[in-house]
Amino acid sequence: MSEKKKDELLNDHNHDGVDRRGFLKCMAWAGTGAFCVMKGGVLNSYSLSRLSEMNTADMMGALSFVQISDSHMGFNKPANPDVAGTLKAAVDKINGLSAAPEFMLHTGDISHLSKPEEFDTVDQILKGAAPKDVFYVPGEHDVLNDDGKQFLERYGKGSKGAGWYSFEKKGVHFIGLVNVMNLKAGGLGTLGHDQLEWLEDDVKHLKHSTPIVVFAHIPLWSVYPEWGWGTDDSAQALAYLKKFGSVTVLNGHIHQTMQKVEGNVTFHTAASTAFPQPAPGKADSPGPMKVPAEQLKSVLGITNVNYIQGKHALAVVDSSLA
Amino acid sequence: MSRSVSVVILAAVLTIGFVGTIEGRRGFALSAQEKMSTMEVKIDNFSFGPVTLTVPVGTMVTWTNRDDIPHTVVSTDDSKTFKSKVLDTDEKFSFTFSKAGTYPYFCSIHPKMTGKVIVQ
Repeated sequence: MSEKKKDELLNDHNHDGVDRRGFLKCMAWAGTGAFCVMKGGVLNSYSLSRLSEMNTADMMGALSFVQISDSHMGFNKPANPDVAGTLKAAVDKINGLSAAPEFMLHTGDISHLSKPEEFDTVDQILKGAAPKDVFYVPGEHDVLNDDGKQFLERYGKGSKGAGWYSFEKKGVHFIGLVNVMNLKAGGLGTLGHDQLEWLEDDVKHLKHSTPIVVFAHIPLWSVYPEWGWGTDDSAQALAYLKKFGSVTVLNGHIHQTMQKVEGNVTFHTAASTAFPQPAPGKADSPGPMKVPAEQLKSVLGITNVNYIQGKHALAVVDSSLA
Repeated sequence: MSRSVSVVILAAVLTIGFVGTIEGRRGFALSAQEKMSTMEVKIDNFSFGPVTLTVPVGTMVTWTNRDDIPHTVVSTDDSKTFKSKVLDTDEKFSFTFSKAGTYPYFCSIHPKMTGKVIVQ
């Protein structure tokens, strides 16, 4: 069976209306300044140069928020000797958005080495952002040496277990998950039994029409297991979310934008505000990638998400710091 | 005449060979002793090198992180024999193996990174 036929069958089977070619185009643009809009289950992709052609109503959602990720405060290697400067540039970018976001999500690796002064610096810089509320999940760099105790003290008030929680904003149900604790040798990210049980219970009573946004550090889809870019028990988590018409999964960790659509689930990874990492398998290791200094801001970025009530759609827009 | 010359040559060859062997053995014994105190594992490109290290009992093994990203060295045997703190770039961790056995370990931050020390 040819690849094309397989795709056609898949689309037909799901009745999701996703145009695979449009999706692949979206994938190709990801990382070079693109954004993708889910509308009525149909994914459309646009290059940033066509922003002006977009209907303002499509861009100005009823709910607008921003995702930032992987600020790695404390990192000082050649790939970016000034991670505080680029985080400030991200804040400037956020403050310049036409539709003011209501809050921010930080999908982990706030710090580089879990040092108190690294967290302090990030807190200080983010105070300069227009949105005042920030919702965090930890990255593996935030829970070094103390099993995440410091992270919980700083950011985990009201959370369960290692820092997972959920909240509602304008009818959208947000779920922050932790997949960087108790990692097993040879394995990927892990949610663990307790968190999965909590998740099942958390979404049990929600209407199927409730839009769901899940955010966690390590991708909840298999991006590149050879580099640890995936989560061992994410399939179980996604099974609990199957009944929902619209699920948006926002991750970080891989320091590049990537998007994938599977049925009603849109997976998206945000760029880092600190340094880029190579595309899957395109280098000897996933270590920091050095680009010419004048290009650095073009490979760092923020992600802006808009939800239009009643439209059953979340628009996920990446923009670089350049 | 020619027969006795051959015998002398043969004796000389055997002697040289014998001495050579002794010297070789002594050399081997010395270098093994040196290695016993300072076996190294380098962390490069998100991997341990060598992945499997075989050492005699009493050897101290030192891990050095040469990546731009922090790593750890944590044993995964039942008794969790050793566990480093987080190693930033160029930081080291050492552990002396006093008991024979196989000690699998990994980086608890990047669990795909695994290695093994075999102590004989």
